[in-house]
Amino acid sequence: MSLRDRLTSGSFAVTAEISPPRGASTDPVMETAVLLRDWVDAVNVTDNQGSNVRLASWAGSLAALQAGLEPVMQMTCRDRNRIALQSDLLGASALGIRNVLVMTGDHPKFGDHPEAKPVFDLDSVQLLWTLRHMRDQGALLSGRPLKPPPDCFLGAVENPFAPPAEFRAERLGKKVDAGAQFVQTQFVFDVAAFQNWMVQVRDLGLHQKCYILAGVGAVRSRNALDFMRDKVPGVNVPDDVYRRLRAVPPDQTAAEGARLAAETIQQLRATDGVAGVHLLVAGNEQAVPGILDEAGITASRAEYGR
Amino acid sequence: MTTRPPVPAHPRLGTRLAYQLQRALRPRPGLRWLSARIEASGLARPLFTKTEHHTKDTLFGCRMCGQCALPVTGYVCPMGCPKELRNGPCGGVGADGSCEVYPSLRCVWVEAYERAASRGRAADLRLLHLPIDHRRWGQSAWLNYWQGRDEELWTGGAGDTGANGPVPHRVPVLGGS
Repeated sequence: MSLRDRLTSGSFAVTAEISPPRGASTDPVMETAVLLRDWVDAVNVTDNQGSNVRLASWAGSLAALQAGLEPVMQMTCRDRNRIALQSDLLGASALGIRNVLVMTGDHPKFGDHPEAKPVFDLDSVQLLWTLRHMRDQGALLSGRPLKPPPDCFLGAVENPFAPPAEFRAERLGKKVDAGAQFVQTQFVFDVAAFQNWMVQVRDLGLHQKCYILAGVGAVRSRNALDFMRDKVPGVNVPDDVYRRLRAVPPDQTAAEGARLAAETIQQLRATDGVAGVHLLVAGNEQAVPGILDEAGITASRAEYGR
Repeated sequence: MTTRPPVPAHPRLGTRLAYQLQRALRPRPGLRWLSARIEASGLARPLFTKTEHHTKDTLFGCRMCGQCALPVTGYVCPMGCPKELRNGPCGGVGADGSCEVYPSLRCVWVEAYERAASRGRAADLRLLHLPIDHRRWGQSAWLNYWQGRDEELWTGGAGDTGANGPVPHRVPVLGGS
């Protein structure tokens, strides 16, 4: 069952994330895809995450597809102008990559080439609008027709926790207006704050126009916890979560982190309007089966593409 | 074209006065006529453009993109966002409302929301801004505005998906399709 079909059918969807390697091989992507394919509906393939150069998102997506796991190709606005972005969507669609996740992208300042030119020719709302226009109108931004137009399922991201809080659900509304069919959120460590945002989302009726997948992360170590709290832009780790993960001995942080993730999934699953979860576990994919098992989501995922 | 990188700027014009000026300077036949005359003049146009740049740079940190969003962003310039986002903040805004790229400065969209909301104009931020035309850098946005060339900068607000809207910056393509 594809991600789109899973969401349309109304059953709880699970996605995860793969960071392609820094190197000219798709083998690591394939290995991770094989590990995850019976547990998740689809996997995001990141686009030079954190502004660090990695194997291209489209190539990683193709590798996941070949390994039997449906990819969600991430596409940021940081490195490509509207010519390259439109061209890449055509290429991805032609290769069978259907899901595209659109995001602004981190600023180059945070990556391994801080001297690079930040492109940001389009923003994420404009890129969604552009891709929907290509699919539905069968034309480029220039008006030139596409034969055939691309087929794509369009995703967006949102951070429910960043200021201005009053505008975050509205911002998702703009993305839905521009063409977003599903959204994956930033890490939910603060379930209460997420649920406040969901109230606004439901008031705007966005959960009926767009499938909402809440981001869930599994903290692996004390260092990762501190990094997440202090260094990752837009991530909010509340004090009670921080204290809980610091209260166990360091060698048990990973186990406690996985337990917390499983509990969070259960709480999110019970939240009205949440269509699924997105597991932000890049680099820690082997934890996925345990977390999902503990959350009561069993391995029942049909294989895709073979 | 400007060579200055985008840096968040705090506007030096109060919100109330800004919206009053907006009403006073709305396109009207007189302003349309005047702006056409300025535009046609080889002397007046660069002088006017320089004056506009100086004024808007002082007040808003203007970088002369030539397609002004200020009327619907609480008069905080979105082109000062390091990612030049025209449709709202990115996900990296600090808990205190700081810019992730320049942590000592406030996110332009946090400020835009506050200023627009303070005058009952929060709904302005729901407009979908279409991609900008990079050929217009350095041009006078005021002349473009009075001449009606800004009408495709954004769509009609919440719920307007722009699906049937015009294709922006469409240029005649030789040979049709």
